[in-house]
Amino acid sequence: MIDRRVATYANAVAGIRSGATVLLGGFGGAGVPLGLVAAIDRADLRDLTVITNNGGSHEPDLSVWLHARRVRKLVCSYPKARIKTNTIFAELYLAGQIELELVPQGTLVERIRCGGAGLGGFYTPVGVGTDLAHGKETKVIGGREYVLELPLRADVALIKARAADRLGNLVYNKAARNFAPVMATAADLVVAEADELVELGDLDPESVVTPGILVDRVVRRGAPQ
Amino acid sequence: MTPLSREDMARRAARDIPDGAFVNLGIGMPDQIPDHIPPGREICLHSENGILHMGPRPPEGEEDWEMINAGKKPVTLLPGGSFFDSGLSFAIMRGGHLDISVLGGFQVSARGDLANWSTGANDGVPAVGGAMDLACGARQIWVLMEHVAKDGAPRIVERCTYPLTAKGVVRRIFTNLAVIDVEADGLVVCEIVPDLSMDRLQDLTGAPLRPAPDLRVLTV
Repeated sequence: MIDRRVATYANAVAGIRSGATVLLGGFGGAGVPLGLVAAIDRADLRDLTVITNNGGSHEPDLSVWLHARRVRKLVCSYPKARIKTNTIFAELYLAGQIELELVPQGTLVERIRCGGAGLGGFYTPVGVGTDLAHGKETKVIGGREYVLELPLRADVALIKARAADRLGNLVYNKAARNFAPVMATAADLVVAEADELVELGDLDPESVVTPGILVDRVVRRGAPQ
Repeated sequence: MTPLSREDMARRAARDIPDGAFVNLGIGMPDQIPDHIPPGREICLHSENGILHMGPRPPEGEEDWEMINAGKKPVTLLPGGSFFDSGLSFAIMRGGHLDISVLGGFQVSARGDLANWSTGANDGVPAVGGAMDLACGARQIWVLMEHVAKDGAPRIVERCTYPLTAKGVVRRIFTNLAVIDVEADGLVVCEIVPDLSMDRLQDLTGAPLRPAPDLRVLTV
């Protein structure tokens, strides 16, 4: 029987090791799997490479890992905190204690998409002639200049869903969807934290956003540690 | 001469957005534009985090933190709106499906180069977000910015000295002093605030300007 459900957060993150590359869903405060973030924190993992859109805020998000010095490198489009209450990333970055690979947001998601779709990269006009294309291969196609961007994959993807079923089918809530469906394609282990677990057949097949084939584990938000 | 207020700058830019346009608005001054769309026009707002037909901020107490815009502020969805993932959202940008993007700017060059993501100072954390993607994708890129920087330095320049966001993309610049089009052969002033001479405007600008044949007074 296929059953992607796990009973505890410890089971949800079991087997993830220090040194792992982690795709972490979310845009701002929407769609960050905060329970899984806390579970990784409890597992005391170190030396992580984290691929995510933002650099943490005053919420218990990526900033928890940053405070605990769990992250070696961040691959990110917007690591700066808009709200000045949390400057942990800035602190680490300016002290040279964390590596940053800054990627335009659309290029970030497309690199992950390529990684999950079995593609070797893509040519994009975004970034041409800017500091972020420095040293990258360029090519003129149809009279327009493009820069080569390479795929991103990870050992694990941590994402948030609104609802999941036993097979791992996922639906999302509003703007909390953002990176999750793409990240779900691009990791060896995909773990979803869902607000609700529903019976098989309860999700409208026409509305399933992430089919369960992509998802390895689902844990209900608020499950025991 | 009286420079436009920031609100009037947004009001002036809003007037040029036609009925039926699909638009992405940058963070900062451009996000005031929806308040000033002339009545009778239906505009569809796109947000980079995966929303079409985004509506205004909800009343206090009804905020939903899974319903936020690119600036991470709570918003609403209008009837007919939709949600989609970031991959599709940026395909909508890069793929030329948006009619207009109105962005903030630090500098715009005479050739339409845009610098709006970094001042190049080494003392901060760099952050680009969707700035480069937006600047490359929409069919028309407009910039809404003060005509000169706080220290009086021109923001419209021969060559950008700040790190570039994109090359040769800006079509129209709305400042607090003028509306300027970026043409293949240089910058053309379409509108200028009352009691400001072309000569004085030129003094405040770092690249050559010429008046449009039908140069008009900039009013809101």
